[in-house]
Amino acid sequence: MDITFKDVDYTYQAGTPFESQALHDINLTIADHSFTAIIGHTGSGKSTLVQHLNALLKPTSGTVTIGERKITPETNNKHLKPLRQKVGMVFQFPESQLFEETVAKDIAFGPMNFGMSAEDAAKKAAEMLNLVGLPADLLERSPFDLSGGQMRRVAIAGVLAMTPEVLVLDEPTAGLDPAGRREIMGMVTQLHEKQHLTVILITHHMEDVASYADHVVVMEHGTIAKVGKPSDVFQDVAWLQERQLGVPETTEFAARLQKQGFHFDRLPLTEVELAAALLPQLPREAVQPHDE
Amino acid sequence: MMNKLLLGRFIPGHSLVHRLDPRSKLLLSFYYIGIIFLANNWQTYLVLFLFTILAVRLSEIKMSFFIRGVRPLIWLILFTVLLQVFFTRGGTTYWSWGPIVLSQFGIVNGIYIFMRFVLIIFMSTLLTLTTPPLSLADAIEAILKPLRVVHFPVYEVALMLSIALRFVPTLMDETEKIMNAQRARGVDFGEGNLFQQMRAVVPLLIPLFVSSFNRAEDLATAMEARGYQGGEGRSKYRVLVWHAIDSWSVVGFAILTVILIWLRA
Ligand SMILES: Nc1ncnc2c1ncn2[C@@H]1O[C@H](COP(=O)(O)OP(=O)(O)OP(=O)(O)O)[C@@H](O)[C@H]1O
Ligand SMILES: [Mg+2]
Repeated sequence: MDITFKDVDYTYQAGTPFESQALHDINLTIADHSFTAIIGHTGSGKSTLVQHLNALLKPTSGTVTIGERKITPETNNKHLKPLRQKVGMVFQFPESQLFEETVAKDIAFGPMNFGMSAEDAAKKAAEMLNLVGLPADLLERSPFDLSGGQMRRVAIAGVLAMTPEVLVLDEPTAGLDPAGRREIMGMVTQLHEKQHLTVILITHHMEDVASYADHVVVMEHGTIAKVGKPSDVFQDVAWLQERQLGVPETTEFAARLQKQGFHFDRLPLTEVELAAALLPQLPREAVQPHDE
Repeated sequence: MMNKLLLGRFIPGHSLVHRLDPRSKLLLSFYYIGIIFLANNWQTYLVLFLFTILAVRLSEIKMSFFIRGVRPLIWLILFTVLLQVFFTRGGTTYWSWGPIVLSQFGIVNGIYIFMRFVLIIFMSTLLTLTTPPLSLADAIEAILKPLRVVHFPVYEVALMLSIALRFVPTLMDETEKIMNAQRARGVDFGEGNLFQQMRAVVPLLIPLFVSSFNRAEDLATAMEARGYQGGEGRSKYRVLVWHAIDSWSVVGFAILTVILIWLRA
């Protein structure tokens, strides 16, 4: 399912004296099975953009095409369910959407809304809980008794249980510890590689962008400032820093080395790339292992 | 999508009306509702109408905001007006059917009642459009202060009021966020029969209650951590000051009252 934005504008509270335009003239294509990261300063319109993907917001002008489905300003609010099933959306702090008595029921809530039988949904719930790395004995617990990180995973499991083809995640690791972040990102990568989900990830962690994404969209003041491969976008360190966006630490480190006389054809994004680029440039004695 | 345009939401500004002390604004608004009942002929209603338009103009806020304030109440207004029109007898009778009559007095009364509604709504909308909710809470506290002699918990009520007002927008944002999250999981709000609609509210209300309770607890802890222990003897960050324009508005309302008494039938 390719996703295309064509000349999309979006204005909050259009037609009232409080209106404010959040998206200007967005043109963007997200290819099937890609892993796209969306970065940008706070308030740049990232969340607004992704809410168009399952028609929670409809463009004030322009067209969003998701697979076969076209969403225009005139689109009716009915019959959006098939679209919402195909595009799974994990909001910022998704643990706030939990409400059922048990974890199992909460995960099964989405699939049952889309017409799955209670039996199948319960099976799905157990499967998904396992997938997000939680033990099966949590199934019958109340979601409100879990830790913050566990609640986050249950919420993500609730979205995955709808078996979406596109997975949208709005800062899924905000407020998690580094281990929790790695686990969630690992899980997302697995889904992308094994089940070929199209993943769209909003994040402020440039390391995540460098290690997982194959496309980056840089947003600024409701417009798209740049689109490209992470390895291309992160070459222009100064450009990104002007927009108050960072680059991966490794890239920043390499940029500093470059000022001190080291040479890189392209700035590396990960430690491995950095080491490979650095090795030939180091003096021989520094590289050779010491004889004991 | 939820429309955040609440009835009479505060609009920041620097007009004459904005700069009035919230206490005088609140008291004068109530006073205005009182003196509206002095009007009983077209001259007095005309004076009130002109006075209200003047107040609206002084606030430098577009007329459309005020008309928007009338809209949600339009059915109530029409119902009351029609009752007046069809059940008042007197003057020339144009048409009658059983207990229902269309008389001269009925029509005139209907027009007056309509005017009265519109004027009251305009003036109270003017109050809420030009006064930040927290200033309004301060004003209520100041006005209730004398009740302390009868052991009315003025500070507690004022605190409750300002906390409630403070969290209205937060709660609206939260509601919208949770509704979107549940929509993404296949919930249709406001569709289907009554039973289905009621069921759709559960996944919205429970998270809202949970987060409100959590927030209340956090707020209480934060207040205690900063040494809050009741309102007695606390000084104010926003001090209310009575200015010359407040006195002048009181004078304006006094003149209005005199004119009304003079013109009324
Ligand atoms: N419900 C709303 N009503 C009115 N304006 C809104 C609403 N939601 C967002 N906005 C405005 O739209 C703009 C874009 O907001 P958006 O939430 O898309 O930013 P974001 O890039 O996701 O930021 P963050 O990184 O902080 O999540 C902001 O200026 C914001 O104030
Ligand atoms: Mg956001």
